[in-house]
Amino acid sequence: MSTLLAIVVGCLYAAGVYMMLRRSLFKLILGLVFLSHGANLLIFTVGGLTRGRPPVVPPGATGLAVPSADPLPQALILTAIVIGFAVLAFSLALFHRGYQTFGSDDPDDLKVSDQ
Amino acid sequence: MTVAILSGFVLALLAPTLQRVADRRAGWALALLPLILSLYFATFLKAIGSGEVFHARHEWVPSLGIHLSFTLDGLSLLFALLINGMGVLVLVYAGGYMAGHPELGRLYAFLLMFMASMLGLVLADSLLVLFVFWELTSFSSYLLIGFDHDRADARAAALRALLVTGGGGLALMAGLLLLGQAGGSLELSSLTTQADTLREHPLATPALLLILVGAFTKSAQFPFHFWLPSAMEAPTPISAYLHSATMVKAGVYLLSRLSPVFAGSDVWIGTLTVVGGLTMLMGGWLALLQSDLKRILAYSTVSALGTLTMFLGIGGPLAVQAAMAFLLGHALYKGALFLVAGAVDHETGTRDVDRLSGLRRAMPFTALAAGISALSMAGLPPLFGFIAKELSYEATLGAAWSTCVTTAAVVTNILLVAAAGVVGLRPFLGQTLPTPKPAHEAPLSLLLGPLTLSVVSIASGLIPAMGVNELLSAASTSVLGQPADIDLALWHGVTPALGLSAITLLGGVGVFASRGLVRKSASCCGRVSSWGPAGWYELALRRMNGLAVGQTQLLQSGYLRYYLMMTVAATVGLTGYALLGRGTPATAWNWFDVKFYEVGLVALMLLATLGALLLKSRLAAVASLGVVGYCVSLVFVLYGAPDLAMTQFLVETLTVILFVLVFYHLPESRIVSETSARWRDAVLALVTGVLMTALVLVGTPENYPPISEYFVEHSVTRGHGRNIVNVILVDFRGLDTLGEITVLSVAAVGVHALLKLRRRSDSGSETSVAGPAPVEAAGMLTQKTPMGELHQEDRDAGDDRRGSSPIREGDKP
Repeated sequence: MSTLLAIVVGCLYAAGVYMMLRRSLFKLILGLVFLSHGANLLIFTVGGLTRGRPPVVPPGATGLAVPSADPLPQALILTAIVIGFAVLAFSLALFHRGYQTFGSDDPDDLKVSDQ
Repeated sequence: MTVAILSGFVLALLAPTLQRVADRRAGWALALLPLILSLYFATFLKAIGSGEVFHARHEWVPSLGIHLSFTLDGLSLLFALLINGMGVLVLVYAGGYMAGHPELGRLYAFLLMFMASMLGLVLADSLLVLFVFWELTSFSSYLLIGFDHDRADARAAALRALLVTGGGGLALMAGLLLLGQAGGSLELSSLTTQADTLREHPLATPALLLILVGAFTKSAQFPFHFWLPSAMEAPTPISAYLHSATMVKAGVYLLSRLSPVFAGSDVWIGTLTVVGGLTMLMGGWLALLQSDLKRILAYSTVSALGTLTMFLGIGGPLAVQAAMAFLLGHALYKGALFLVAGAVDHETGTRDVDRLSGLRRAMPFTALAAGISALSMAGLPPLFGFIAKELSYEATLGAAWSTCVTTAAVVTNILLVAAAGVVGLRPFLGQTLPTPKPAHEAPLSLLLGPLTLSVVSIASGLIPAMGVNELLSAASTSVLGQPADIDLALWHGVTPALGLSAITLLGGVGVFASRGLVRKSASCCGRVSSWGPAGWYELALRRMNGLAVGQTQLLQSGYLRYYLMMTVAATVGLTGYALLGRGTPATAWNWFDVKFYEVGLVALMLLATLGALLLKSRLAAVASLGVVGYCVSLVFVLYGAPDLAMTQFLVETLTVILFVLVFYHLPESRIVSETSARWRDAVLALVTGVLMTALVLVGTPENYPPISEYFVEHSVTRGHGRNIVNVILVDFRGLDTLGEITVLSVAAVGVHALLKLRRRSDSGSETSVAGPAPVEAAGMLTQKTPMGELHQEDRDAGDDRRGSSPIREGDKP
């Protein structure tokens, strides 16, 4: 399964990068979300896949049962999901504001301050 | 000794304040420091004359063998006396010359800083200390040459000097480090003792060549000479200080200092003699073609530097003694002539020799100093210049290829005799011509320097036994690395050198008389000069700027997607490079391990991804994104990550809602990139994807074991929680979570601000903070023009509310 997920990660990255290079802010933000999905899955997969055994210590025991999912990548991803959402919300608000000001979805129209 | 060097820097800091307090007397007061230093160094004369050498050493970076070490020997003493002696005169002179200039304090500060740097340079024993002071002189001379920084010419000249000498400085640093590598020590004093073994070292020749580049750029040798004449943009006191005794002689000093190590090697003799000889001839010739007093002096300085380099190349006791005597003589008469040129410029308003004549009536003392110095430059007895010239001829007659070298020296000296006449005699003799300002005698502060130097020229010519003998003997001893005893005298009997002097003088008078003809005939082929090294420099500078503009346009195009492309490509390249050879995928392809619903899940994700890429409708694309997100959370469910799954599910739902809210009512984007651009992006995207897949395949837990044992072990015992992920987040890495919360709050504030801004600008309120800054600025600009209203008409909605601003209303008819 990790081989399959590796391919999925590759596809998500490829799709994300391709969309971010389009001349549309909508696609750009969409690509951003795909990239964060790709990154999350990447961390998850390289951390090792264990079916149906969450890293929760059974009542009374002090350690995990031997084949259990690795808790550390999960903690990282949990943080990443939340931060990714914050970034997304901010980009969307920025986009919305930008669209109202410049009336355009094209990043090439947003070069005013560069000139 | 260290205090003596550093005192200049300290005083430089205080100089502007002193200037404000003491005003007109500041120059005289500041000159006390170099005066005290001159006397201090003069006390060493006796001991150094008898062969003693003084050292001072402080630990700096002992682990690297770098020390703050200084040495005072004959050569250093000669330079230290020149630097401080000229320093006294120049500081006093600057006070008179620049009186009333608002930035006079700054000038004093730069001059003192330069003086201290020069002093450190000639006293340094460690190669690195020498290099640091070397660069400090380049830096402070940049500030000095560009002193009139509101003039573009001065800035360009300063930049030119800095780039040429700074570029040479880089070569010098490499050369010095190679030399230190070859000799196993960075101390000059220990390098000179092992000269024989050092010369055989394979690194010696590259080191020498690099050091020569440094020395030649600093001392304005061909083809780097062009920065010196253009540095005449600086006020005259600066030119006098930098270009008579100090800055430009730093290269000569370095050559002299390394002479015991390298002298006699073929590269040394060949390069120095040829480059020095060429520079000498060229400088003399160009000096004659100028009509600006300072430029004549500048080119004759170039010529003198060439002479010094040539003598150091020839080597041997005679040539080195000649070099040291010429160095002193040149500093005396050239310093005086520069100061005279400044005084003439100051009192008459012009430096053009064709407009100056008969000034001896209005400026008798200046004329006296100028005449004495010019005669010394021309090499007439009883002045010191005569002794130096006699020694020079003796040296060239004793050199290899003596015919060639002697002829070059005679021709150069003939040219310089003529130049001396043009600078020192011509403006003062003959009929009085009207000048832009009515000519009158210069004040004491401007006369002190030229007169003192003239007196020294006479005194050291008449009675060389009064210290000059000792000083030059000691300096020659340092340069030769073996005891040298000079006995200078005016009269050597009837020798070949005396004959050559006579020829020189006659020739010089002849050239002086026919200089109009020379200049006229030279102006015909004058176009050659535009093709010289100065032209190469301009070309190189333009090309460099072009390159900078080009690569900036390439890298900083202002298009977001090109930035992204660059970033992604760099990431892919670097990661790919790091990944190469990091092991192969550890797990075998085990298809039986995969459940059918997992294959279905993966297929769904891939389909949805494809959908998001290809679907034209925004809503459909957002829906596809949602599908991908939910599939990801299903993956989390299947592989033991319930917390992730819950969070992802929640976040994905909110994401889709947000997307729809923001985009639903906006028109669809119709921009489609060109096919070639799409292919290019697709290739980059695919490469990224392949790399990431490879990264996952290589980075398996088999290759890189988990590092979470600590958390697993202590979650219950120390964190008192059984859900390890939660314990990590709120306990072990609680501060990280705090950071995360902060990011969330910042984002929330940002979102709130962005939305709030919109509401206020929509309501059409007057507050100017409501508008977006660029448009605001653009709007203001258009309003200031008479056509403002026309421009205003086609501003977009966001700008309309500005219509009520008072300026706009005032413009309305």
